[in-house]
Amino acid sequence: MDFLTLIQVLDSTVRLAVPLLLACLAGLYSERAGIFDIGLEGKMLMAAFFSAAIAAVTGSVWLGLLAGIASSLILSGLHGLASITFRGNQLISGVAINFLAAGMTVLVAQSWFSQGGRTPSLFGNGRFEPITFPFADALSDVPVIGPIYSELLSGHSILVYVAFLMVPLTWWILFRTRFGLRLRAVGENPAAVDTAGVSVVGLRYAAVAICGVLCGIAGAYLATALQAGFVKDMTAGRGFIALAALIFAKWRPWQAMGACLLFGLLQAIALRFQNIDLGGVVIPVQVMDALPYILTVVILAGFVGKAVPPRAGGEPYVKER
Amino acid sequence: MEKMPKWADVVLIPLISLLLAAILSALVILAIGENPVEAVNLMVTGALGSTYGWGYTLYYATNFMFTGLAVAVAFHARLFNIGGEGQAMLGGLGVAMVCLYVDWPHWSIALLAACAASMLFGAAWAAIPAYLQAKRGSHIVITTIMFNFIAAAFLNYMLVNIMRPQGSQDPATARFPETVHLPTFQSMFSTADNVLFRGAPANITFFIALLACVAVWALIWRTRLGYEIRAYGHSETGAVYAGISPVRITIVAMLISGALAGLMAINNVMGEAERLVLNSTEGAGFIGIAVALMGRSHPFGVFLAALLFGFLYQGGAELALWASIPRELIVVIQALVILFTGALDNMVRMPLEKLFMALRKESA
Repeated sequence: MDFLTLIQVLDSTVRLAVPLLLACLAGLYSERAGIFDIGLEGKMLMAAFFSAAIAAVTGSVWLGLLAGIASSLILSGLHGLASITFRGNQLISGVAINFLAAGMTVLVAQSWFSQGGRTPSLFGNGRFEPITFPFADALSDVPVIGPIYSELLSGHSILVYVAFLMVPLTWWILFRTRFGLRLRAVGENPAAVDTAGVSVVGLRYAAVAICGVLCGIAGAYLATALQAGFVKDMTAGRGFIALAALIFAKWRPWQAMGACLLFGLLQAIALRFQNIDLGGVVIPVQVMDALPYILTVVILAGFVGKAVPPRAGGEPYVKER
Repeated sequence: MEKMPKWADVVLIPLISLLLAAILSALVILAIGENPVEAVNLMVTGALGSTYGWGYTLYYATNFMFTGLAVAVAFHARLFNIGGEGQAMLGGLGVAMVCLYVDWPHWSIALLAACAASMLFGAAWAAIPAYLQAKRGSHIVITTIMFNFIAAAFLNYMLVNIMRPQGSQDPATARFPETVHLPTFQSMFSTADNVLFRGAPANITFFIALLACVAVWALIWRTRLGYEIRAYGHSETGAVYAGISPVRITIVAMLISGALAGLMAINNVMGEAERLVLNSTEGAGFIGIAVALMGRSHPFGVFLAALLFGFLYQGGAELALWASIPRELIVVIQALVILFTGALDNMVRMPLEKLFMALRKESA
């Protein structure tokens, strides 16, 4: 494998890691506040559709992004209603949200565009265009640094940079602000937070809302930046890979970025090479597909460092009387 | 004192939840510019108006009975087995191996062997998440989700690289030999001058599914193991105090659950497709969740809910054919049923409990 191929694989790693990273950070806020969310997939899918649909109708990708975030937020609200207000089972609510999104997106797409459950292709202002860094073209001939700068770092859409900036921001919010401390506390010991006079319900709704916004951006990225338009089931399990990455990272932001880049790399390799020949041993492409899930199970099993979720995760909070 | 009578808990709440789901579904149909009444008419005639329609409805219902029972058994031990899809896929692999690699003299013997193989493969696929939950405390929901994806990749590998006949482009096994084809309803119930269930996939497996419902009922309410599973599901500490081993119950309940999900494969793989294809389960593993929730984890409830979903599935297919409503409407209805009977259960329950308390106060 020559240097240019390596750069290309890494470049597509970054592109593929972005939706995982945004969804993973979304899950991080929610689960750190004690609300399990297996509906990341559904929220992304809903946002992917509405961002593409509105971008196609209005011709403005920014309006599309807003619509995507709004649709994802509505599903978040539903999840909050079921799991916070009515103290239902958070996992079942997540399952319902995934199916709701899978069905509604195709129904509405068919009703609006009659193109077999997809949106028209986006072009021009309907998509997020790549941003070229200054001097990227001029520097592209410089050995080693040139391709890294002009191929790998430059030339992504703005959402890519937003996603990676979210990592330090999330770390700062969670570990350096009062809101973050309370958010983490509500996921570990909601009774203590309640005793301190802080609203458990309010904090958890805030966390679920942040989760909705980030899932919305992730979905919009899929449909308006990575690809040009929505197709049925376009998230293709990314919400679950993000969930896997979250566990892999043990619910920490920087490690989440590492896990998402790793899983993005696996996807990029699976896309570029079919079967990989390692000195006589052929690794079939399906191994690459399954590897994120296998790695997550291994981590969950605790044979290589145990993943312990937030202590109050999945438990509805009932105030003592 | 109980907050409300048992009949309200068992009958009234599921009915109200179902009604809410139906109303919202009707609104969805209205919103996409179609007529809900016409849609229901189309569904009823398509799914129940002919023996052909019934043949499909019962075929789907058979799938959902198996996966619904699988989820229900795990629910009794307070385990959420979301991996029915993967377990059913592996069950299909077991069925395909039995049917392809062994020369069977008669379908009935092949059916017994296929049942055993599908249960074994399904249970094996549930065994690792079960062990990890019991021994290592890894959350069963997450591990079974992961195992669904691993199963899909594994099946893809087996079909593309190993079991695909030479020269075929299709990622599927060869057709099963004639001797292992199961009797369909058409061959079982048709007379010479009156052909019933023509071309419909419903087959003898339907009766195995009914047997499975009875067997699960007997297991849960008439055996020591069933008692232990329920006790563990109600209170882990109570069960431990009574000398019930959490590790054993978790693993046994999940093995039974996986075996039931795997058993579905004799219907869709051996009975219908008569070969193993990619995505042979078509999401039936997930519908099992809705079926178990609606059936309140009781085998009779699962039976009724499976019939309802069988109707919805076949009716939905007819809708897609005759009206411009995509099949995904069924996915939306399924989501609403899961939402109302599962996640938003308290939204229906709390006001009802208040109502019954108020009524009781008045009469006292």
